[in-house]
Amino acid sequence: MSKESTKMPSMGRGRHAGGFGKGGRGKDPKGTMKRLLGYMWKDHKIQLFIVAAGILLSSVTGVIASLFLQTLIDDYIIPLMQQATPDYTALLQTLLKMACIYLAGVLGTLCYSRIMVRISQGVLKEIRDEMFSHMQELPIRYFDTHEAGDIMSRYTNDADTLRQMLGQSIGQVLTSAITIVSVIVAMLTTSLPLSAVVAVSVFFMLKVTGKVAGKSGEYFMKQQASLGAANGYIEEMINGQKVVKVFNYEERSKEAFDRLNEELCSNATNAHRFANILGPIMNNLGNLQYVIIAIVGGILASFGIAGITVGMIATFLQLSKSFTNPISQISQQLNSIVMALAGAERIFELMDEPVEQDQGYVKLVRAKYVDGELTECPERTGTWAWKHQHGDGSLTYTKMAGDVRFYDVDFGYNPDKIVLHNVSLYAKPGQKIAFVGATGAGKTTITNLINRFYDLDDGKIRYDDININKIRKSDLRRSLGMVLQDTNLFTGTIRENIRYGKLDATDAEVIEAAKIANAHDFIEMLPEGYDTVITGNGSELSQGQRQLLSIARAAISNPPVMILDEATSSIDTRTEAIVQKGMDQLMEGRTVFVIAHRLSTVRNADAIMVLEQGHIIERGTHAELIAQKGKYYQLYTGAFELE
Amino acid sequence: MLKNLMGSVREYKTPSLLAPLCVILEVFLEVLIPYLMASLIDKGISVGDMDFVIKYGIILVAAAMASLFFGVLAGNFAASASAGFAKNLRKDMFYKVQNFSFYNIDRFSASSLVTRLTTDVTNVQNAYQMVIRIAVRAPIMLVSALLMASRISPRLTIVYLVIIPILGFALYYIMSHAHPIFKRVFKTYDKLNNVVQENLHGIRVVKSFVREDFEKKKFEDISGDIYNDFTRVEKLIAFNGPVMQFCVYLCMLLISWFGAHLIVAGDMTTGQLTSMFTYTMQILMSLMMLSMIFVLIVISRAGMERITEVLIEVPDIADPDAPLMEVPDGSIEFDHVLFSYAKNEKKSVLKDIHLSIHSGETIGIIGGTGSAKSTLVQLIPRLYDVTEGSVRVGGHDVREYDLQVLRDAVSMVLQKNVLFSGSIKDNLRWGNPNATDEEMQHACRLAQADEFIQTFPDKYDTHIEQGGSNVSGGQRQRLCIARALLKKPAILILDDSTSAVDTKTDAMIRDAFAKEIPDTTKLIIAQRISSVQNADRIIVLDNGAVSAFGTHEELLASNPIYQEVYYSQVKEGDQNE
Repeated sequence: MSKESTKMPSMGRGRHAGGFGKGGRGKDPKGTMKRLLGYMWKDHKIQLFIVAAGILLSSVTGVIASLFLQTLIDDYIIPLMQQATPDYTALLQTLLKMACIYLAGVLGTLCYSRIMVRISQGVLKEIRDEMFSHMQELPIRYFDTHEAGDIMSRYTNDADTLRQMLGQSIGQVLTSAITIVSVIVAMLTTSLPLSAVVAVSVFFMLKVTGKVAGKSGEYFMKQQASLGAANGYIEEMINGQKVVKVFNYEERSKEAFDRLNEELCSNATNAHRFANILGPIMNNLGNLQYVIIAIVGGILASFGIAGITVGMIATFLQLSKSFTNPISQISQQLNSIVMALAGAERIFELMDEPVEQDQGYVKLVRAKYVDGELTECPERTGTWAWKHQHGDGSLTYTKMAGDVRFYDVDFGYNPDKIVLHNVSLYAKPGQKIAFVGATGAGKTTITNLINRFYDLDDGKIRYDDININKIRKSDLRRSLGMVLQDTNLFTGTIRENIRYGKLDATDAEVIEAAKIANAHDFIEMLPEGYDTVITGNGSELSQGQRQLLSIARAAISNPPVMILDEATSSIDTRTEAIVQKGMDQLMEGRTVFVIAHRLSTVRNADAIMVLEQGHIIERGTHAELIAQKGKYYQLYTGAFELE
Repeated sequence: MLKNLMGSVREYKTPSLLAPLCVILEVFLEVLIPYLMASLIDKGISVGDMDFVIKYGIILVAAAMASLFFGVLAGNFAASASAGFAKNLRKDMFYKVQNFSFYNIDRFSASSLVTRLTTDVTNVQNAYQMVIRIAVRAPIMLVSALLMASRISPRLTIVYLVIIPILGFALYYIMSHAHPIFKRVFKTYDKLNNVVQENLHGIRVVKSFVREDFEKKKFEDISGDIYNDFTRVEKLIAFNGPVMQFCVYLCMLLISWFGAHLIVAGDMTTGQLTSMFTYTMQILMSLMMLSMIFVLIVISRAGMERITEVLIEVPDIADPDAPLMEVPDGSIEFDHVLFSYAKNEKKSVLKDIHLSIHSGETIGIIGGTGSAKSTLVQLIPRLYDVTEGSVRVGGHDVREYDLQVLRDAVSMVLQKNVLFSGSIKDNLRWGNPNATDEEMQHACRLAQADEFIQTFPDKYDTHIEQGGSNVSGGQRQRLCIARALLKKPAILILDDSTSAVDTKTDAMIRDAFAKEIPDTTKLIIAQRISSVQNADRIIVLDNGAVSAFGTHEELLASNPIYQEVYYSQVKEGDQNE
């Protein structure tokens, strides 16, 4: 009905780079459309039938309404004019009849638009949830190779276009299509010759529309691309604004920004220009058509050709007007459908990424000793066991101890670039193993293999003498505690963030963990204490404080094996000395893998592995390595003797 | 608020005014056309007067052409006005942010600034276009269609007067109930995006704690909130169409009934009845549009407010009136400096700092987390202004210098440093846009970066990803140091800038500094005692106050904090040997 399509404001609040700039028009619009419709069809079969019926009812009523004018004039008003004492009862009856039809039409509209809301929102929610839940299952490798902003834009930009399409476009296109068909039927039954006139002019209209809408679409794509570029630049500069200030880079960044901004403005102007003029063009083509029909009809009527009456012409004029709106409606909606399909394709692309493979079947279960025999039990015992279901159906339980061994492990992030060569090592339960080496030597990579963020290329890793490939990934990871250099906290209270390590932890346990990590004191100093809300990128806390929280988070999960990857790099050595006490307590009785630049933190390890370009070149205790006077000795003493 | 925003219209004032003007003319023609059409039927077709039909046909065609002309013009003007307005808004905000001090940036946070410059601007742009086209169109259409209708038949116009309030009230009711839900949905969307963002960055944490299901639940809860709210609000909005149809049909029936009487009585023609139908559509349609614009404006209001906040923010650090344009040397003095981040806060971050550093000295700074080491050095290039006391560089208060001059002389490697997308050379040129290849290579040699750059296939033309994600942490830090060196500063500040560099390389960097840039004052904040122990003097900060200032030997002899740090890092190792 509305000539001007009113656009809802964008919901995307995140990064807006990426988007259609990269996706373009989409590779397989047909397949994507089919898949989208599949979502609608799947859970809403009956509703869709009701919607179809409602749309049909509503559109047909619209056409009947335009046709009614002829009946009104020809069958009622003109006869009434000829009566000496006009009798209005017949007219009244017809009007009441019409009222009923109209009411049905209104109810049809009401019905389909409300059900449509449920369907479209339902589909949107389903796609959204499926996308997120699929994302959670993707391997780490996927996140290494895809930019966070690019993934993010699928939740914002792409989901936005989809909302537009499901919420508005589909309904409007259907309504318009049905209206057009009904109008054509009505025209053909009214008068064939006049229909021919309309057919010619509609053909012409479609041509013009196609051209203008095509141009507009083309520029919309360009606009999206330059919007992505401009927004990307804005984001990069503003996030690095402090560096900009320090380097007096303001003027240069303004220059680059101006270029992008100008280009965006020119593409946006063109995109909107063509979208804006579509309405007036269609309208006035409609007006022209009106005049042509009037003249042709008038000539035909005056010569009495083809039995054309005045009422017929009036009807036709009315009908021809109901034609223009749906056509411009469809052409406008087609644009947003094309954009939405490109967006949907990017969403489906994410949903089709292969998930993390897990053939593990060895489970981690709570266990206790009954008569010296390890058995599964439901209650918390502090003892855990690997439940190993063998091929022959037998079941064995192995106590989880934290024994980790590498046998000739090779690994590369890319097949052509091997990062780890032939790494063999062992960590007996309760041992502290340290990795030392330059950046890029492969320290973090080793720890990423233990928890199976990546899978080996060659060799094997055994955990409590079980090949880790046989252990269910979730159970494997549950048995490993991790503190990473990048402390990723989540928006929520401090309490919630610590509890992340053990969801059912009591408040006392949370405080206990915070005390181990030496975080308790600073938390108590905060105005809201443990209930202080922090945000994910938390500017509220210092880097060191955030790291203490992530240590507390690992402490509460109480795993038998801990991986500390530069866990204390942002904590100053004074604080670290205090944390160290807690850490020692935390490491007590656990197998620990620790990576640190600061050699002082690794000194008391049971074994130190010196890595160089993916090879373990030295191993031994601190004293042994110092005595060996090799690389470690150089590293350790070099720091103090170089100058 | 509007006044501030409208200030950004500037050169697009003309199209902003012409667009509604053309819309008005277009609307007049659109309202006139049905009137002409009615005459065409009544006086032409009904009586078979072909001359009249052709004459009015020509007039109609002319009117349609004129309407087309103005419509196209209006569309053009509106497009360029709104795109231009958006461009200026973005530009004004971006320029403003460039003038922000660290304090201003902290106040807004980077991510919120990005939203303001991107999504909010786009929403305001759409609203602006809507306003200059439709907000003018709808009321004019409403009034002129009513006028034309009353010219045809004043008595039939009464029908409209009955229906309009009914429709108006219904629309008002729907929109006023929808609005708060819309507002809430926006906030929920923010939350949803936040969860996604945090999961993207913290995916390793999620996976290592096996919290995939927990995160899914969190996401689905918010997603469910969005579903509920959106379903509720859209169901409400879904009443718009049917209500509109109801009124249109009601009008048509009433007009048919009363119109028939008028025609029979000879007070109206059949053609006029047709026109009345058209006017019905025009009148009710305009009402509908008005209500939608109302909602759109209300929704974009939040965006407008956020943009205005940026535009009216006053940068709290600005150039002095008659600035000094030269920094004589690299000496630094802190004269009883007091500092707190929040202007009215009583708790000082720095307390009575009184220090004097000679030009060319190497100064180590050491202290616990939260001892305000970074804060102290950020006062030197005037990234923040002191709350009390003064900081002097080269003998003059830093507030007397031209900011650019001061910051060119004081080069700083921030703790949280970033590289930008572009080649290594592009990044190094941040330090000096005119740096030659030799100069760049020299700086990189000093920063011990040349060696690894040479191992890249593209060497200095290697592309750096946004944020420097394709080089390691240690490499990133060394590139940042090289970038800072290219400024050839009088004062060089390294804020914990070698934490990811191994100790050997770290020592080589300091060694190169001592040999190659002896006249530059060097301030080195570090965690490792080895990084500072060979400095000329060392500042020990404790909780925002200077605990001691002296040479390594002096401090080791007298300062308990320094002793503690030193022994925890060094002494213990010796015993083990």
